[in-house]
Parts: sequence; C-alpha cells; structure tokens
Amino acid sequence: MRLNCPCCGPRGVEEFTYRGDATLRRPAPDAAAPDWVDYVYLRDNPAGWHRELWYHGAGCHAWLVVTRDTRTHEIADVARAVDIARHGRENTGS
Amino acid sequence: MKNDRYSIFSLLRETLRGQTGWKPAWRDATPQPSYDVVIVGGGGHGLATAYYLARRYGVRRVAVVEKGWIGNGNIGRNTTIIRSNYLLPGNVPFYECSMKLWEGLEQDINYNAMVSQRGVLNLFHNDAQRNAYIRRGNAMRLHGVDAQLLDVDAVRRRLPFLNYDAARFPIRGGLLQKRGGTVRHDAVAWGYARAADRLGVDIIQNCEATGLRMREGRVVGVETTRGFIGAGRVGLSCAGNSSRVAAMAGLRLPIESHVLQAFVSEGLKPFIDCVVTFGAGHFYISQSDKGGLVFGGDIDGYNSYAQRGNMPVIEDVCEGGMALMPRIGRVRLLRHWAGLMDMTMDGSPIIDRTPVGNLYLNAGWCYGGFKATPASGLCFAHLIARDEPHPVAAAYRLDRFGRGAVIDEKGMGAQPNLH
Repeated sequence: MRLNCPCCGPRGVEEFTYRGDATLRRPAPDAAAPDWVDYVYLRDNPAGWHRELWYHGAGCHAWLVVTRDTRTHEIADVARAVDIARHGRENTGS
Repeated sequence: MKNDRYSIFSLLRETLRGQTGWKPAWRDATPQPSYDVVIVGGGGHGLATAYYLARRYGVRRVAVVEKGWIGNGNIGRNTTIIRSNYLLPGNVPFYECSMKLWEGLEQDINYNAMVSQRGVLNLFHNDAQRNAYIRRGNAMRLHGVDAQLLDVDAVRRRLPFLNYDAARFPIRGGLLQKRGGTVRHDAVAWGYARAADRLGVDIIQNCEATGLRMREGRVVGVETTRGFIGAGRVGLSCAGNSSRVAAMAGLRLPIESHVLQAFVSEGLKPFIDCVVTFGAGHFYISQSDKGGLVFGGDIDGYNSYAQRGNMPVIEDVCEGGMALMPRIGRVRLLRHWAGLMDMTMDGSPIIDRTPVGNLYLNAGWCYGGFKATPASGLCFAHLIARDEPHPVAAAYRLDRFGRGAVIDEKGMGAQPNLH
C-alpha cells in the first residue's frame, strides 16, 4: 500500500503512522461523560470507505486525511489535515 | 447416532470395511422457522457456544448460522497457540478456565484435536523485561497457573540454536508455561461442530445474517440469505465482522477491525519443540506436527476488512525471525494469509448483554481468540442461558469503558492498533 502524500508524492505505507478515524469530533470540554465515552471508545468501523488520519513521520511530518476503502485498500483521496481544518474540505467529499 | 462415536473399535471396523462407512461429521441443516437460541457466526466461538448451550445448559433448539462454511474463518487460519500466561485479574481466571477446558476437550467432544502441551516460552532480553516476566509469572502462580522462570542456560539447553549473544538483543532467559502449547485449529471447529450436531444443534452454512428483526426494543429473529429465522435469544459471535452485524441492531462498538498476517513454511524435520516468542520485537513461532514453521507478528495497524496484508509487516516479521533464530533464513515460505481481528479499545474481549433485549454479544478477541475458544463458548452459553455473566468472564462487560474499568494488559490506552 502506498499513500500519495501531497507534499512528498507516492510513498510506502511504512513511512506513515496510523491514527484511526478522521471523522471523530472532540466534544466540548464540559460535555457530558457519555459524549466523551463515545468519542474516546466507540467507532463506526465501516467495511467500505473510511476517512482516517495518517502521520508522515518519515517524510514531511504532515498529518494527512486519507479516504480509503477498507475492503480493498483502494485510496480515493489524500489531503493535508491542516487544509481540511482551514477550509472545511471534509464536507465536500473526495 | 450413538454408534457414530469415534473409538478404536470404529477405526477397526472401518479398516475392515475399507473406510466406506464413515458418515459426515455433522448434518448440513436447513433452517427451521424458529429456535430458542440462534448464534450468528459459525466460527470456533460460535460452535463452542452452541455445544455448551446444548451440553451444559440443556438448551436444545439451537442454530448456528454461518455466512460461509465451517472452518473458513479465523478458526481455520491462526497460529494454533494456547496459553494462559496473562497478568491482570480480569483475564487470568478466564484464560486458565480455557486451558483446563483444552486439557479435557478431546474426551469431552470425542474428537482428536491434537492438543499438545509442548510449552510456551516468552524470551526476555534485558533486566527490565526480566522483572516484568517475574511479575507476570508471580501473578500467574497466585492464580494457580503454572509459570517457570528459566535462566539463559536452561533456555540454551532446550533451544541451542537461538541467537544468544547478539550485540543488540542478547537472550537472558525466558518465562515458560509448560501447560501452554498448540492445538490442531480446524479440528477444533470440526470437533465442536460434530459434538454440537450430535446434541441436536442445527449448523446452517452459507446462510448470512442480513438483518436483525426487532419488536419493542427486543430482537425476535434474524433475517438471513436463507429467509427469516425466529429466535428467543440471539448471540452475536462474528469476530472481525462484529461491528457490521451489531450495526444491524443500531449499536456502535468499541472495536476496530484490523488485519493480521500469519505464515507457514515448507515442512522440516522437528527442531522447535515448543512455542517461542521473541521479546525484543513481535515474533512468535512453533513447528506443526507436519513440520512446517508456523509464525506471525504484529497486526498491520490500519482498519481493514480486506483479509490481505501489506509487505512492511511481512518484512518486520521476517526481521524478528532472523534476529531470534538466524538458521531459518533459507527456509522457504509455503503459504501466508491474513485475517480480520476485532481489536477493542483495551485489548480485552467483550462477553455481555447489549442494550437491545435478548441480544447478546461475544466480540473483541483481538488477535488472541483461538486460545479462548472453549471458555468463550462456555461463558457465552452461560450468559445466554442464564442471562447473567459467567464468574470467570464477569469483567468482560460492554460498559467497562465508560466506567473506567478497562482491562489493558499492555497499558496502551484507547488505540486498538497498539494492543
């Protein structure tokens, strides 16, 4: 599996660290305990398209949001997490 | 059916008859309209659950629905290791219960599962690891489990060919559980299937659950590719597909599905007489009775339902193997595969009721489900039959994450790919 890093180009997956579901949103600091339990522990774990965080530790050190099919490992999109955070690209699909 | 019991006499009879009288080990059942209990998932845990429901809890109208065929999932593709060398109080009694069930399994189910208590040896390479294994061994012995600390000379006598004096990871000794070992994995599936079938359990293959029918907050049956099957109670035992099946009941689980690879080499003369694990990386190896080296390492580390892994982990496993026992460097790989692991947020399993009435969950076995098969089946059967947890599985609750009562052997926190 190779990820097409927006900064570095296609790189082997061994250069990256995985950090799981990218669609989770941290609750407000004063949110109720069940909201925090959901955020920390519960996952959709889809068989299909999954938006997930990868960190390019052996490259540009960027956090990436990768859209990948968990059934086939096909990758539809790789974007810098910072761009998504600034421009809200997560709502536009891939 | 009683005459189908396997014994020296049935073997002699079939020898004289030219092996023409053997019958299928279990019926290929067609679904009945309803059952007292339907187990979704015909893997090792699901079959064991059905067997113990019928055998120990007297529930006779039981069906197991399986989307593929018996033995095609993780029960037929694992590294066959059994052990009970855990550290935490929530785990040790459960895995020791499983070990005791393994010890009596073949007599119980009248099937040769080739249970081989050849020992499991965890190597250590420095003082900190030695201390950690002393602590683990003491915890085991306090729970009545056998554990023995070996110094490097004792390890060397048993396995003279390991790489003892490597500059980076010298071997200093190991923690041995003599009662650990290996079991012929698919014989476990076949043996439980046959034993459950003899007690009247319907094993329904090629029957995929497509939905759970609910009425007033309770599950009343399972929609399948072979029609609706009514059920008084439904048990989910779906391993890597647990999240998908639980979603049919509107549940989200503290689980991610990951992919784990394992490897078998060409057959060799016997030279590894126990299970050995490398303490400085993630690598474990044993030698099957056919002579193949059976080994594995880490999960790949990302969500996957692909049953296919990637090269970096293969490289990592082989590096571990070469660091531990350089003599396997020229051994050729015979086959390699990958399976789905239902990785929980604390690395420990779940056997519990769900918020949905009459729906029970057995999931989250991470990559340690095979050794748990008998106790998982027993405890899940107990839960379904009595609607209360079995005492040795009382810690495996679904709500433990919210209560802060996680069972985290590795102390990694809520990151499934690190357990």
